[in-house]
Amino acid sequence: MAKSIVQEFTKGLWNEIPPFRLVLGLCPVLGVTTTMENGLGMGMATTFVLCCSNILVSALRSVIPAKVRIACFIIIIATFVTVVELLMQAFAYKLFLKLGVFIPLIVVNCIVLGRAEAFASKNNMILSLADGLGIGIGFTLSLGIVGAVREILGTGTFFGNTLFGASFHPFAFMVQAPGAFVCLGLLLCFMNMVGNK
Amino acid sequence: MREMIKMVVVLTLLSAVSGGLLAAVRNGTKDRIENQQLQLVKGPAIRAILEGCTNDPVADRFKLKDDTLERSFFIGVFNGKPQAVAFETFGKGYGGDVGLMVAVNVTDDKLVGVGVTTHSETPGLGAKSKTDPVFAKQFKGASTQTAINVTNDGGAINALSGATITSRAVCAAATDAGQIYQRLKTQISEKLKRLPQ
Repeated sequence: MAKSIVQEFTKGLWNEIPPFRLVLGLCPVLGVTTTMENGLGMGMATTFVLCCSNILVSALRSVIPAKVRIACFIIIIATFVTVVELLMQAFAYKLFLKLGVFIPLIVVNCIVLGRAEAFASKNNMILSLADGLGIGIGFTLSLGIVGAVREILGTGTFFGNTLFGASFHPFAFMVQAPGAFVCLGLLLCFMNMVGNK
Repeated sequence: MREMIKMVVVLTLLSAVSGGLLAAVRNGTKDRIENQQLQLVKGPAIRAILEGCTNDPVADRFKLKDDTLERSFFIGVFNGKPQAVAFETFGKGYGGDVGLMVAVNVTDDKLVGVGVTTHSETPGLGAKSKTDPVFAKQFKGASTQTAINVTNDGGAINALSGATITSRAVCAAATDAGQIYQRLKTQISEKLKRLPQ
């Protein structure tokens, strides 16, 4: 039991790390990662929703009728997303202004629904929480890494601190949408190179 | 049949619980969110249009009932006297409502200035309504008794190039503000008289 909890948790960090291994949930990966702060904030919001929805779906898995399960999952997920949105407005309004429309879009993030359908509806609450935490932290790290690369190359800053001298010309392409695709592709390539050894 | 009933019951219960939870979270965070918006979105707009006032307009505010709505009014003190009130109105823009903070001089009933607060207009076109100082300056000194229009509609406001709809939304919001001011004028001046100096 203890071993499988660890397994479920760690698989999200490498073997099934969402944007790189599963290539899922790309919309926020491409949309909000112009800075590392945005990426991490978005990742944490998603992690919170993922853990809560996984626990609740797992707790209710014997009650939810199979035919309307997707509708039930969506209600649960949408509720937690709205809670996150309200909390973020109340306690991190600046971050909310930057992430804007991407917060409500967590509802249709296929990672969250995917974990509810594929994992939480078939496993107990503790395993589901481990799975949600693992995948969520993996997702947060991925967003953070993509955000860091884009921020360092695109604006020459890291967490808002200037890194280079005045002679550095920011590679503005990296903070635009096409730069996000290129950055994600290169990181995927790197992950596969390391993973295949 | 039993399965049908179960589906309906589960979905209804789940929606009801979710609705209740969201209402509770909303109630709990409402004041904080309003405060955050005041400080980070409305506050800067208010201070910009009431430039030179000697008080803190965000702290010195009062509420008035307008029909069923409750509106917040922010007081600007100039030369030791409360001379202007600022309040927010909305116009229909290209991508939804455009929020406009409008300040009115209570001695001559003319507009002191306007500033766009919240909007979802196109970046580079309609979004300029918030950043272009030349556009906002045109509203200074406009009357609260007549409608304000863009030049295309026979008015005096030069529309932002490529953003006629946004410009019209700002004009509509400013016209609306004039009407609100005329409607509530007596109540406003009473409130200002009672203000502790």
